[in-house]
Amino acid sequence: MRRTFGRAALVASALLAGFGPAMAQDVAPAIVFDMGGKFDKSFNEAAYTGAERFKRETNIQYREFEITNEGQREQALRNMARRGATVVVAVGFSQRSAVERVAPEFPQVKFSIIDSVIDMPNVNSTLFREHEGSFLVGVAAGLATRSNRVGFVGGMDIPLIRSFGCGFIQGVRSVNPQIEVFQNMTGTTPAAFRDPTRGGELARSQFDRGADVIYAAAGATGLGVLQAAKDAGRLGIGVDSNQNHLHPGSVLTSMLKRVDVAVFNAFKSAQDGSWRPGTTVLGLKEEGVGWALDEHNRRLISADMETRINQARQQIIAGTIQVIDSRTLEGGNCPIR
Amino acid sequence: MEDTLGLIVSLAAATLRVATPLILAALAGMFSERSGVVDIGLEGKMLAAAFFSASTALVTGSAWLGLCAGVASAVALAMVHGLASITYNGNQMVSGLALNVLVAGLTPLLATVWFQQAGRTPTVPNGARFLPVSLPGAEAFGTVPLLGPLYRSVVSGHNVLVYLAIAAVPLAAWILFRTRFGLRLRAVGENPHALDTAGVNVAWMRYRALAIGGVLCGFAGTYLSIGQGAGFIQDMTAGRGFLALAALIFGKWLPVPTLLACFLFAFTDAVQVRLQGVPLPGIGVIPVQFIQAIPYVLTVLLLAGFVGKAVAPKAIGLPYVKSR
Repeated sequence: MRRTFGRAALVASALLAGFGPAMAQDVAPAIVFDMGGKFDKSFNEAAYTGAERFKRETNIQYREFEITNEGQREQALRNMARRGATVVVAVGFSQRSAVERVAPEFPQVKFSIIDSVIDMPNVNSTLFREHEGSFLVGVAAGLATRSNRVGFVGGMDIPLIRSFGCGFIQGVRSVNPQIEVFQNMTGTTPAAFRDPTRGGELARSQFDRGADVIYAAAGATGLGVLQAAKDAGRLGIGVDSNQNHLHPGSVLTSMLKRVDVAVFNAFKSAQDGSWRPGTTVLGLKEEGVGWALDEHNRRLISADMETRINQARQQIIAGTIQVIDSRTLEGGNCPIR
Repeated sequence: MEDTLGLIVSLAAATLRVATPLILAALAGMFSERSGVVDIGLEGKMLAAAFFSASTALVTGSAWLGLCAGVASAVALAMVHGLASITYNGNQMVSGLALNVLVAGLTPLLATVWFQQAGRTPTVPNGARFLPVSLPGAEAFGTVPLLGPLYRSVVSGHNVLVYLAIAAVPLAAWILFRTRFGLRLRAVGENPHALDTAGVNVAWMRYRALAIGGVLCGFAGTYLSIGQGAGFIQDMTAGRGFLALAALIFGKWLPVPTLLACFLFAFTDAVQVRLQGVPLPGIGVIPVQFIQAIPYVLTVLLLAGFVGKAVAPKAIGLPYVKSR
């Protein structure tokens, strides 16, 4: 039995070796999702959408893997590369060390990592300017608030999440410098992204203090925030994917982080040969971040609000508004409170 | 003045909401540990109840059926714990821990298979949740100064499980300290041999204690997923089972002190939420990490300095073997 299997494997690898170079002209894309899986309604689902779009437009199948525990990252990436993938997208900053180990073993394979920077000749890194998108939803919150009090609930207390909050405050204050902004972080471990009960409690404490719009940048914890907003008859703001549909009429808007664009671009550029190592930064200009307007929140966004938000968008793109990225500052602390 | 009252009302209401699952789980632990069975699996039972109540509520559209499913799942797990640690004299710590690990892995898997969503259930609609109820006269009394807002927002305006949790404390105290069943239950935790001599079936007593604990854990988990929240999410208990166990030890396995310990934990939690990012006079803004450690630092200080020695039931953790 074992011998038969061994022989089959031998034949298979011979086949692969034989056909591999012939197929090298074509692209063999692969994607490794982060913990949470491809249907997480947020970050990973956006990546999945991008991969699906590539499949639809080019009719090229892609390989995929969903991480269910930490130990699988490296193995999954290595398997993809070994089985002939020519471009592998690693979704999420936590895959960084795995990519750093696997990429040098397969110099022919192109790796793309999202939300982290790796300086290697066969790795492309994609970062987002989340503070710019957060600025826009901050403008929306500033225009929507009646009590002149708004809130921010972050997930894990890390520079990345603080930059969401910092951009948000700047947007709110650009509308009216008098508006008070309450800020809470859920925790200091990755579990802070998965505690909706606590998210709901944080939101309620901010509502009790008079906030009427709360921006949640906290993964699944944010679902608790949006739920609390709906229960209290106030407004929430979603993040990463378009979450307007979760509670139509009580999600003011969502800060879109177009991970789908990043994944699509990685596959597409590998296909047409324009793939380059280095760092890509996607901001408003590149449509890598944005704000969501659809039938679910149409009623909440007046024509005037829409104009003002889009105006801010144009000004950021043109450079007349400079949004501070707290990550570039010492300690990653926002200068504005 | 207005603001101070608002703050007190908001803190008190938050304390009640946060304390509810802790109270239920701590009482569950009390029954089981008083009977001599260590119950480190509170976390797992709550998590299982949270998952099964949310999925049942989703499918049937009824919060009460959800509660039944949650209770049933927690009781089933309690029986597994009983089988391992009472019938087969296994190590109670290991069995409880095994439950936690099993549930932590099983629930997201089932959620993914049943609902095609990564480790979570879809959002449960309001019709299938336990929504806050307004007690009679809450609106009318609300305008009375001082007592009005207290009644409207602290006493009234919670979901039914909160009131059940509060009512469960005197009930548990009565069962444990005023009934024959309670006396025997405490006795099997102290000296099972004496009870066996008197003709009481030790194993059956312990199974019943575990079953009661399962019911209470079922309420706690249900509260998390379809009372306070609206749906199940992977690891949503987030250590509350262990916190409840700490409250139980802190409260010396007694109902009222345990209740107070739960309130204390919930209160420090509510306070720390409101302390985040608020500059304190003379100190400035305190880092989040430090503020979030307050409940735990307080626990250590109180346990070490003020509460005195907590004496566990004598036979706790020991499987009962009839004769050697």
